[in-house]
Amino acid sequence: MSRFSKTLSVLAVAAATVGLVTPATAFDRYPGVGRAATPAEVKVWDIDVRPDFAGLPKGKGTVDQGIEVWEANCASCHGAFGESNEVFTPLVGGTTRDDIKTGHVKSLISGSFPQRTTLMKVATVSTLFDYIQRAMPWTAPKSLKPDDVYAVVAYLLNLAEVVPADFELSDQNIAEVQQRMPNRNGMTTDHGMWPGASAAKGGIGNGGKPDTKNVACMKDCKKDVQIVSSLPAYAQDAHGNLAEQNRFVGQTRGKQTGEPGATEAAAPSAAAATLALANSKGCMACHGLSNKIVGPAYADIAAKYKDQDDAAAKLMAKVKAGGQGVWGAVPMPSQGHVKDEEIKQLVQWILEGAKAQ
Amino acid sequence: MDNSEFRLGRVRPAPENFLTDEDIQSVKEGRRDFLRKAFIGASAAMVAPAMARAAGEGDPAILDLPPWSTSLGLPVAANPYGLPSKYERGLVRRESPGLTRVGGSSVAFTPLQGLFGIITPSGLHFERHHQGWHDIDPSKHRLMINGLVKSSSVFTMDDIMRLPSVSRVHFIECGANTGMEWGNVAVPTVQYSHGMLSCSEFTGVPLKAILDMCGADYKKGRFILAEGADGSSMTRTIPMELVESGEVLVAYGMNGEMLRPENGYPLRLVVPGVQGVSWVKWLRRIEVGDMPWAAKDEAVHYMDLMPDGQHRQYTSVQECKSVITTPSGGQILLDKGFYNISGMAWSGRGKITRVDVSTDGGINWRQARLETPVLSKAVTRFNIDWVWDGKPAILQSRAMDESGFVQPGYGQLRAARGTKSIYHNNAIQSWKVVESGEVSNVQVL
Repeated sequence: MSRFSKTLSVLAVAAATVGLVTPATAFDRYPGVGRAATPAEVKVWDIDVRPDFAGLPKGKGTVDQGIEVWEANCASCHGAFGESNEVFTPLVGGTTRDDIKTGHVKSLISGSFPQRTTLMKVATVSTLFDYIQRAMPWTAPKSLKPDDVYAVVAYLLNLAEVVPADFELSDQNIAEVQQRMPNRNGMTTDHGMWPGASAAKGGIGNGGKPDTKNVACMKDCKKDVQIVSSLPAYAQDAHGNLAEQNRFVGQTRGKQTGEPGATEAAAPSAAAATLALANSKGCMACHGLSNKIVGPAYADIAAKYKDQDDAAAKLMAKVKAGGQGVWGAVPMPSQGHVKDEEIKQLVQWILEGAKAQ
Repeated sequence: MDNSEFRLGRVRPAPENFLTDEDIQSVKEGRRDFLRKAFIGASAAMVAPAMARAAGEGDPAILDLPPWSTSLGLPVAANPYGLPSKYERGLVRRESPGLTRVGGSSVAFTPLQGLFGIITPSGLHFERHHQGWHDIDPSKHRLMINGLVKSSSVFTMDDIMRLPSVSRVHFIECGANTGMEWGNVAVPTVQYSHGMLSCSEFTGVPLKAILDMCGADYKKGRFILAEGADGSSMTRTIPMELVESGEVLVAYGMNGEMLRPENGYPLRLVVPGVQGVSWVKWLRRIEVGDMPWAAKDEAVHYMDLMPDGQHRQYTSVQECKSVITTPSGGQILLDKGFYNISGMAWSGRGKITRVDVSTDGGINWRQARLETPVLSKAVTRFNIDWVWDGKPAILQSRAMDESGFVQPGYGQLRAARGTKSIYHNNAIQSWKVVESGEVSNVQVL
């Protein structure tokens, strides 16, 4: 959030109107390098929202409006209730009414909730607004309007019972909502890992004092060696063939694990290349080759459209524009980031059975 | 005959090392019986010429002149941008299966087990993206400075590359490096346990020079926000003290060429000693402010969960740490005898002053040799002689930095922070060696 004084803003506007003349004080050391930013430029890029709500745009959104925005943009990855663990760690869950009272999330201590959800961790509601506004949805960041962001935040907070179902979140009441954040008192800065001034000097933390104090003992430092953990059996082969991940000259060799040749790099087949494309474009976050994730399995799509001549054209349009209803309520968002020829390649591959190799 | 120089020791080289690329292809196509036949054939081929000669005459690799000594080689510029030898194809960035579910928000680890010295080849620099990477047109990239400055300003790449530049070698380590190992051993090799670490020479302009130009209010503005131009427009708060020290760079160069796209082309922040997430890639904006921002990656992630349920927020420094890379987990020692134990040490608080190595699990230690150069907030390479007697051993390294800090053991680290944190695990790493020569990942208190 810019903290321009009014006078400076006026000066900057004046500078902008006379052709980006740079203020004499700023650039005289390196003449010709850099220029003043126009207020319009700063406005487009300076979208951050701080914990004191500096930078928060005016606006409002209800929980109900949030449901609509959510289903169209967010549910495909995060699940209808922010609970999905398929693509990302769950956003909601693990907080209680008692946490809302105390501002400390108890399940962080007890480990009673299997995942650490966003709402278990985040102390500042500004963080939710800031991040959703700048980075969501996943494939079309910065496409939500401020009112949409308010609505989505309201919906998320309602899922965690921080606000009631008929709530409207706005720039006017967000500071009150902050006082109900379940983990609002869950942060400490009493540590030595802030590389600036200490809290006592206006910064953060204890000024760099470490929390461990080992000594460089050299001889007979302990009586015996206690091995407390070894590589579990299931992890032995989980990273491919280690022999192929090491040089085959030198002091050592890699251990043969898994199938020889299993991880060897090779020229990929056309199918493998298309699978790589599907991975790189984020398709595989929601679709499995043969298993349903949040979207249908590619094998199921191939089966459904097997005898339809216009299947390719139909599916290409669907991928491009997004769609909903054919496979259930969770919509597929528009995939504007994928080029037409890539969509064609992907659809062809899906209809041919989406082979991995 | 005395064939000690041909002795392969306990290890038989993997059969595929004898195969041609065509042979490997046929193995991949499913003809796995070929592998066994080829191995037998290759072994026979190796032995046959030697047998045809008088015993002890010598090594066929010397006696039989190889094609590269008896034929014409390739011309210059056959590879306009040079690549590693095909025999080095195994040393590549790799993901850890199951660690993440989306490639756009994932990690590819640097193969530390194969590196020498202190510089990470640019193509092997670890990757961590938050919303995928782009190859940005540098003529369309802009850096904006705003907030508590006299003049909000815009710089093109032309502008930034005209300014006086510096080049400095620094390590970059993800705050989550070794994060999978907080509670117990989880991964087999040093690539996955420590491979979110790289070290490069970065070229750029001290951010201080740019903030000076813009008339930054250093009295009120004790924090900066760095923001990326990617979809996530990732943001992190950084203390002004580091900027004022002149260490924080707005960098465009890495190891003599422009940054690679995966590492922030055309512009990234370099914040020496601080975890990688603060080295904002595709840097588009710096804002000067009077308080921290609690951005997503400092208010939801990159926080250290303590046993009392509190999260340590704004933990940024990468404390002193080291790891032995040769021999290391998933490797096999060739035979008894001499080895050069080699590894890397680094500290976010300055220079490495000493590295000690133990081969008995931490009962006794010896001081390792530090290779030069030893640079502040950079990887330092250490080596130490070791004669392996064929008996079980546990290899450890323990680094010290110029602040006097000694790298902690797992027992000490867990006593201070428990086991729930994902971040900032700088514990002493242990590699267990057994009689077969096999090296594996273990944890010792």
